[in-house]
Amino acid sequence: MQLQSMYQDIILDHYRNPHGRGLRDPFEAEVHHVNPTCGDEVTLRVHLEGDTIADVSYEGMGCSISQASVSAMYDLVIGKDVTTALGTGEQFMRLMQSKGDAAVAEELEDDLEDAVAFAGVSKYPARVKCALMSWMALKDASARALASSGGTN
Amino acid sequence: MTQTVSRPAGAHQVPLPLDVEAVRADFPILTRTVRDGKRLVYLDSGATSQKPRSVLDAERWFYENINAAPHRGAHQLAEEATGAYEAARATIAGFIGAAVDEVVFTRNSTEAINLVAYALSNAATAKEPEFRRYAVGQGDEIVVTEMEHHANLIPWQQLCERTGATLRWLGLTDDGRLDLSDLATVVNERTKLVAVTQQSNILGTINPLGDIVARAHEVGALVLVDGAQSVPHQPVDVAALGADFLVFSGHKMLGPTGVGVLWGRYEVLDALPPFLTGGSMIEVVRMEGSTFAAPPQRFEAGVPMTAQVIGLGAAVEYLQALGMDKVLAHEEALTAYALEQLQSVPGVTVIGPPDTVARGGAISFTVEGIHPHDVGQVLDDLGIAVRVGHHCAWPVVRRYGVPATTRATFYVHTGYDDIDALVEGVREAQRFFGVAPTEVK
Repeated sequence: MQLQSMYQDIILDHYRNPHGRGLRDPFEAEVHHVNPTCGDEVTLRVHLEGDTIADVSYEGMGCSISQASVSAMYDLVIGKDVTTALGTGEQFMRLMQSKGDAAVAEELEDDLEDAVAFAGVSKYPARVKCALMSWMALKDASARALASSGGTN
Repeated sequence: MTQTVSRPAGAHQVPLPLDVEAVRADFPILTRTVRDGKRLVYLDSGATSQKPRSVLDAERWFYENINAAPHRGAHQLAEEATGAYEAARATIAGFIGAAVDEVVFTRNSTEAINLVAYALSNAATAKEPEFRRYAVGQGDEIVVTEMEHHANLIPWQQLCERTGATLRWLGLTDDGRLDLSDLATVVNERTKLVAVTQQSNILGTINPLGDIVARAHEVGALVLVDGAQSVPHQPVDVAALGADFLVFSGHKMLGPTGVGVLWGRYEVLDALPPFLTGGSMIEVVRMEGSTFAAPPQRFEAGVPMTAQVIGLGAAVEYLQALGMDKVLAHEEALTAYALEQLQSVPGVTVIGPPDTVARGGAISFTVEGIHPHDVGQVLDDLGIAVRVGHHCAWPVVRRYGVPATTRATFYVHTGYDDIDALVEGVREAQRFFGVAPTEVK
């Protein structure tokens, strides 16, 4: 069975016990993203202190992949400056485009931590969007937060 | 967690009207395997159907022997292509009990509905008085239902936005049926058109069109029936239906992609201005302006999808050879068995009518504790193709308070073994995600 390659234990753990879930104050930007092919949704807030991401809070509904992805993202970006966090997002995007290439996953392992467990998802084109939705929301919310707070990146 | 699950008492398999193995032998794709050698269990015919060899052969025959643009040119190939194209139109018209010149070929049901929606707004500005009869404008109302596929909703929303008309709709009951309690007020003297599906693509519900057609015609409104999920699965006769338009898609009824049908009552079609304009839909063309051909040519601008139309003709002949009464009875037996089996699994909830009364072979369900995407992924891993998501009927899933569903749809090659595989796959998903508590006995 190939299912285990997608549903790594790390992913199922994040799905069952999501990190950082819930919408919190304060925040400088809130965005709502949907995956129109399946109806998955996430509402995501970003709170910046200077250029540093002090908090990301979220509510959403969707499949295990989309929900685990936002939880793993939360762990990766809190305390990072926006540029670094979005750089990690670019690496996650590369992982999602790797079509299951183990070399790419190995190269990105140190930077992506738990999120490298999503490598198996990259073999299933229909599910890649599920994993990327929260990162797209973060990119959008960060840009808006920076714009509203007058910060720079 | 690996104990065998016994079938509940009362599980019954009545003999199926169609010879499943013989039918399967006609579908080349069913011989392939998926996901590391597993038999393909195709339960997604509601999205698109697989094609029998005779349909594939008909398209190839056209290209290899008589390929030419129909209704143009005077050479032998053009004559033969025109003959085959029009013969297919006659076959398809006969299939729904229609006159030949009432059948318009479109790309699919979606385009057929858009054709009517745009014709109604074009009517408001037509320079020809005879094309203004069905014009839609401010103060007029269009009626749909809450169970429509997006293809039978968005074109009407857009028509209303273009013309200033108002969109109204009939709601749903908790058990997945149309709520007709306010039919007499929702459909009223301001109503210009009622657009309703004959069978819901997500709930499987078969709608009581007689009441709706009667009320619509009582107030002088047109009725458009979305037959995308009904024409492939049950005998449909336009005279018995009593509506003014019927649309359906070739690819959902064993035919090729890229061809659909708009049937319209001739008198109505004849009073509508064109939607798409260009070659072959004209009568006389001058630089100052043009006049248009009679239906159906008025609505078939440009070189048509000739091979696909001929392929759809072959699909209709295949269905006629099986017999649509048998196709309907086959799917009814499968639906009864599937409803019984699925609802015997703890945690499974069917969204839509829970019994077989006025219900077709499209079963949407949720599995407690597992998102439909994840259910679909486990099923896919077992070689079972289902649809997951909102099925292009977002208001329906919202109405029933679920984010999405898993949907299995049946057709002529579906057998009890496919349904057994589905039910076992759902149980496997419950085991995989550890949400099958009541199963441990």
